[in-house]
Amino acid sequence: MNLTLKIWRQKDAETKGKMVVYKVTDISEHMSFLEMMDVLNEQLVNSNEEPVAFDHDCREGICGMCSMQINGEPHGPDRGVTTCQLHMRMFKDGDTITIEPFRAKAFPVIKDLVVDRSSFERIQQAGGFISVNTSGNTQDANAIPIPKYAADEAMDSATCIGCGACVAACKNASAMLFVGAKVSQYALLPQGRVEATERVLNMVEQMDKEGFGNCTNTGACEIECPKGISLENIARLNREYLSASLKG
Amino acid sequence: MGILSSSIARKVAMALSGLFLVFFLAQHFTINLTSIIAPDTFNSWSHFMGTNGLVQYLLQPVLIFGVVFHFVMGFVLELKNRNARAIGYQAYKGNASSSWASRNMIISGVVILAFLGLHFYDFWIPEIVHKYFESNPEDPTRYYAETVHKFESPVRVGLYVFAFVLLALHLWHGFSSAFQSMGFNNAYSKALKGFTKLFAVIIPLGFIFIALYHHFNQLPH
Repeated sequence: MNLTLKIWRQKDAETKGKMVVYKVTDISEHMSFLEMMDVLNEQLVNSNEEPVAFDHDCREGICGMCSMQINGEPHGPDRGVTTCQLHMRMFKDGDTITIEPFRAKAFPVIKDLVVDRSSFERIQQAGGFISVNTSGNTQDANAIPIPKYAADEAMDSATCIGCGACVAACKNASAMLFVGAKVSQYALLPQGRVEATERVLNMVEQMDKEGFGNCTNTGACEIECPKGISLENIARLNREYLSASLKG
Repeated sequence: MGILSSSIARKVAMALSGLFLVFFLAQHFTINLTSIIAPDTFNSWSHFMGTNGLVQYLLQPVLIFGVVFHFVMGFVLELKNRNARAIGYQAYKGNASSSWASRNMIISGVVILAFLGLHFYDFWIPEIVHKYFESNPEDPTRYYAETVHKFESPVRVGLYVFAFVLLALHLWHGFSSAFQSMGFNNAYSKALKGFTKLFAVIIPLGFIFIALYHHFNQLPH
């Protein structure tokens, strides 16, 4: 298929960017979206033009690097997939595809489609961990009895890959689904309860400091999340935060 | 902002003030409903609400505070949210993942606020003038005819209907959203959500019905 691509080009963080139109031809419907981008970049390199910078790593939907807003949706029109898992069969011959970086004040553009998501790292560092003695006397986690439902729910929350699609989809650029998943994954397990109070307070404080918006419960994050993280995580985050605030 | 310094605290405050206003709306609707089924009851309830000291000097200021707090906080949150995405998308497919009502609470909210201005001009200010600035002997039977006459103008009724359609959209998202903001998500969530959606449709439609009923059943002057 032949496609017209409207892509955000931005030299660096300081330079103003703009949309640039490219044509690609003979794209196979079996290609992934990133492979189509590879074809474009090969074309650009062969004509001595600067290739389009975009993030990617595992190309199997695990790393969460391939952040792209495709036709107005993070990771494109398919559901439950990252950009690397998006197939070109989702598009038709002759389509015009708009490709932009994830937009949020807390995700500044580094170059073209690459954004800096270290704000997520800083939120994790504020409390997304448990303190475990690693001196060689570490207790086997399986020795702690955990109800099946709690283990399942914590596992569901832990599938968040921190890709930032929730922020990109949210009209307010809110990070509540990400923080909700990270808080929930620990809040549901006995190992996480020990530091639960300071964890949620510190992570929310960091989230606010980074300049993410407020959650208005539109539910867009849940729909666009490639891992199907549910809004229940945000409700749990709200509960955890309220009870932690009351404890002080 | 002290206690409201965190994003979650602000959302909880928004939810609590919103739920308070929903409660007020249900009470207002109940009284309005009597205007089409029992005018005498409407007169006596209106007289009570307009003259009872507890209602006038405690509940009324609390209500005004609730309204002002809700819209001021609404504007604060909207500004913060807009600031969180300084550069917008060239293409943004909002409808693919969320409803218009949920994304445009500020629009429905501003329309409701403008309607409140009209409502104050129509009812509240004349009441205050009547009670506190003019030396009128209190007539406990005046409320019904005064209310019915307010719905004579088709323009006013049109504005009324428009505002209540927007109120329905505001409630459609806001009422159930308030529970999510407060962390309520359990086995009863589905039933509660159903109730909030039903409320969001029935109450504004009821207000619209009452307005149209009075418009088409005018009393002689």
